[in-house]
Amino acid sequence: MSEYIIKNGIVYDPKTGVKGEVKDICIKDGKIADKVSSKAKSIDAKGKTVMAGAVEIHSHVAGPKVNEGRNFRPEDKLFSYKPGGKNTRMAGGFSIPTTFKTGYEYAKMGYTTVMEAAMPPLYARHVHEEIKDTPIIDQGAFPVFGNNWFVFEYLKNNEMDNVMAYISWLLKTTKGYAIKIVNPGGSEAWGWGENCTTIHDPVPYFDITPAEIMKGLLTANEKMGLPHSIHVHTNNLGNPGNYKDTLDTFKLAEGVKPNNKFGREQVFHHTHVQFHSYGGDSWANFESKAKEIMDYVNANKNMTIDLGCVTLDETTTMTADGPFEHHLTTLNHLKWANVDVELETSSGIVPYVYDPRVKVCAIQWAIGLELGLYTKDPMRSFITTDHPNAGPFIRYPRIFKWLMSDKSRQEMLKSFKYSDKVIAATNLASMDREITFYELAQMTRAGPAKALGLTDMCGGLAPGMDADVVVYNIDENKIKDPEEIEKAFGTASQVFKSGTLVVDKGEVVSNGNKRTLWVDAKVPTNSQVERDVQMKFLKYYSVNLNNYEVSDHYVANPYVIEVEN
Amino acid sequence: MSKTITDVVCPFCGTLCDDLIVTTDDDGKKILGVDNACAIGAEKFVHSSDHSHRVTRPRKMQEDGSFKEITYEEAIEHTATILAKAKKPLMYGWSSTSCEADSVGHEIAELCGGIVDNTAAVCHGTTLIAVQNVGIPSCTLGEVKNRADRIIFWGCNPAHAHPRHMSRYSIFPRGYFTGKGAKQRKIIVVDPRPTDTSTLADVHLQVEQGYDYELLQALRAAIRGEPLVGDVIAGVPKETVYEAAEILKSGRFGVIFFGMGVTQSLGKDHNIDAAICLTKDLNDYTKFSIVAMRGHFNVTGSGQVLGWQFGFPYAVDLSRGFARYNPGETGAIEVLKRQEADAVFVLGSDPGAHFPMRCVKEIARLPSVAIDPHITPTTEICDVHVPVAFVGVEVGGNCYRMDNVPIEARKVVEPPEGMMSDYQFLSAVLDRVKELKAN
Ligand code: SF4
Repeated sequence: MSEYIIKNGIVYDPKTGVKGEVKDICIKDGKIADKVSSKAKSIDAKGKTVMAGAVEIHSHVAGPKVNEGRNFRPEDKLFSYKPGGKNTRMAGGFSIPTTFKTGYEYAKMGYTTVMEAAMPPLYARHVHEEIKDTPIIDQGAFPVFGNNWFVFEYLKNNEMDNVMAYISWLLKTTKGYAIKIVNPGGSEAWGWGENCTTIHDPVPYFDITPAEIMKGLLTANEKMGLPHSIHVHTNNLGNPGNYKDTLDTFKLAEGVKPNNKFGREQVFHHTHVQFHSYGGDSWANFESKAKEIMDYVNANKNMTIDLGCVTLDETTTMTADGPFEHHLTTLNHLKWANVDVELETSSGIVPYVYDPRVKVCAIQWAIGLELGLYTKDPMRSFITTDHPNAGPFIRYPRIFKWLMSDKSRQEMLKSFKYSDKVIAATNLASMDREITFYELAQMTRAGPAKALGLTDMCGGLAPGMDADVVVYNIDENKIKDPEEIEKAFGTASQVFKSGTLVVDKGEVVSNGNKRTLWVDAKVPTNSQVERDVQMKFLKYYSVNLNNYEVSDHYVANPYVIEVEN
Repeated sequence: MSKTITDVVCPFCGTLCDDLIVTTDDDGKKILGVDNACAIGAEKFVHSSDHSHRVTRPRKMQEDGSFKEITYEEAIEHTATILAKAKKPLMYGWSSTSCEADSVGHEIAELCGGIVDNTAAVCHGTTLIAVQNVGIPSCTLGEVKNRADRIIFWGCNPAHAHPRHMSRYSIFPRGYFTGKGAKQRKIIVVDPRPTDTSTLADVHLQVEQGYDYELLQALRAAIRGEPLVGDVIAGVPKETVYEAAEILKSGRFGVIFFGMGVTQSLGKDHNIDAAICLTKDLNDYTKFSIVAMRGHFNVTGSGQVLGWQFGFPYAVDLSRGFARYNPGETGAIEVLKRQEADAVFVLGSDPGAHFPMRCVKEIARLPSVAIDPHITPTTEICDVHVPVAFVGVEVGGNCYRMDNVPIEARKVVEPPEGMMSDYQFLSAVLDRVKELKAN
């Protein structure tokens, strides 16, 4: 493998505590090295920023709902197609890009690891087929557990060993990475057109509450010592006044200590918190509760969050929260796709326009940024758009700009049609914090890598780690115009993925060595669970048990993380 | 000693039953029996295992119309050459093969500026258009089994076209919340004629041929309690429409299954728009889903792979270097009618039997290749016929059921000696196209 030396870059690396020092970064055999031989190719990074490859903790980029989004929105492909090149396939789409485009665009921004945040187990093979066709980036997928009938029944009966055996089996069967929970109980209730809007609403017919589901899965996760914590999208997403439900959910983790060998310190990850930080009791008095939410997060070290920033674009919302998407289609009257998945989950898709002229949308925009700016520990608060829900991932550089430049935020705030009302309903106008490059590296690299249990592998530049390295053509101390931030982070000068140069001068030059990450969590064999699985497949599933597992050949270049219990 | 293979997937219809048990002879070459399959499914296995009727080597049409055997290498060269030379080759079919094969085919099409279309062109293409207009509230077939107490079959006759659909998912099975099986379900069949499916119905709405749209809109109005004008609507007495509306509304979980009787009758995608809107409306009162009765065992998969690779489910035109989609313009039939393609490649379908005669003549006129295990009307008019192993019998691969659930088809027997699979053939063509394009 080639050796590289990236010379004289301004390096930001929270993993090694390097805060903007001029340094050389060496790459050898796909890893970061202390030194390289004289044969190493040299990259001149003088005056440029060097960071580790970015790590995306929560995105919807592969699988049934993403593809339904593509197929039912031909309009999303307008003006966005690029022909293939020497190293690339033709690629298009804006909020739901094709698999090829997903790989290229993430890589061009310097992202090298991306997690698909909701995999319906029955559709796991589809998720992996798409992952296989997504070039360059390492990926993993989180199977959904929060509406699973096995989980309901075991938790209801307090059978923790059985829950763990089932989790272990499902992760292995679907080649999944972590325990995802979406609208616990509510997506099952949606099977009857109903919902659980608070964490104490019982799930129809299952005699269990969302709080019990989340607490139970949290306990199982820590007992098993999985690399990531539970990854939660709680109940009552998107409704005025829901911050109370969010705080109720956070409290479930109080006093729980992490148990794992992967360096993760949280026991609970709450995703796209922007959608869960709403005050008021109607759209008329809708307001930001970002401060209340972040006060709690800042004070509780055993949890992490990601932001879910609204980018003010037309996009395609999609989630395993089926009742929410039905609610959304009744609000905006745009087309609605829904799929309820037997014994496992539901899901829905609705296009959405975050129009800056609409007061609510502008307030949502402000809330996402407030969450970022109230953050006291950037190692526990990560930048996402919940792609494509609050906006497409290609807008990350724009969010960086807003977080890093008070000027750019104030200009936006002033430009809104309902500027005064937006300012009154939020605190953003009074916040002058500007996120630094070092903090950005925490919020997009070191932090998410640590929360995922990958802290020794990616998100940092310590010798021995994967050589995921990005060079951006920008110098933090010489920025004259905030637009420079968006430009530089949108098109990296160079990106290395595990030591392979994949992007050079903003162009994709290689499809790299993409891997699929999954977790093999070993627990003692459990004949009760084996019998239950057989019985449920026989009676209630529509596919046979023996046709359910994702066989190895669908998993692109697997990287298996083994966990011993 | 015979061998028994369980959990076999049936590669015939979109029901994609995955519980077949196939018995083969000792050396795994001949299929002796197929359990659990319906008559058509079983026949597919048994028939494919009888090699005496099969063409096992590629054939090239001679001047006099007769066929002469050629080697696979010659067939690969021929296929790669016509595709690489063409400016706008039509690459049609993709519905009776695996997603892995589809994927390789798409790469060839991308390199050659082809038009990729699948059999949705003549079945549920209208559904896909309707979904693009209004979306689709849907569910997996297991949800139907476990929850549904209201079933509508609209313009389809599963008793004949999807024979095990009713027993596996829709009418007879007992599920978690449907312990009484068929007794717990009310069945409505909408069909101009009595069929074997309509004999099972609680209500048979004998819609007047071509009036599906009116009936659907009348049901939407009736559900909202709006007055219906006229005593008979679309051939159905007004009272019966109200009765049907009441049945739908009073259920706890309902599903509409619809087929080509409504996708290809007058109104086409507008019918499906209305059917989806009816489903959406019903969700204001109860829980309702709608599912297309897809025909070929993997037509759904073709749409899925096209979707993630190019963003559109069928009728994808790659000839300009980017993917374009405009059904009515970029679909196989229109392209043939306008005489716009300059080569034809067919795999996993039989347009010779199903396309309008003008299009069939056009296929016969153009340089062409047909890939198919069988001799079909299409293979008889193409310049070269390449027989391949049966997907789901002699080679495995991923397929998508009508509800988009992916199921991996299994290999149960060996193909006749020396025969290639779709995937192998396409991969070889891809390699050769790359070489030709490089020069
Ligand atoms: S119903 Fe369809 S998939 Fe099932 S056995 Fe019959 S032909 Fe095969």
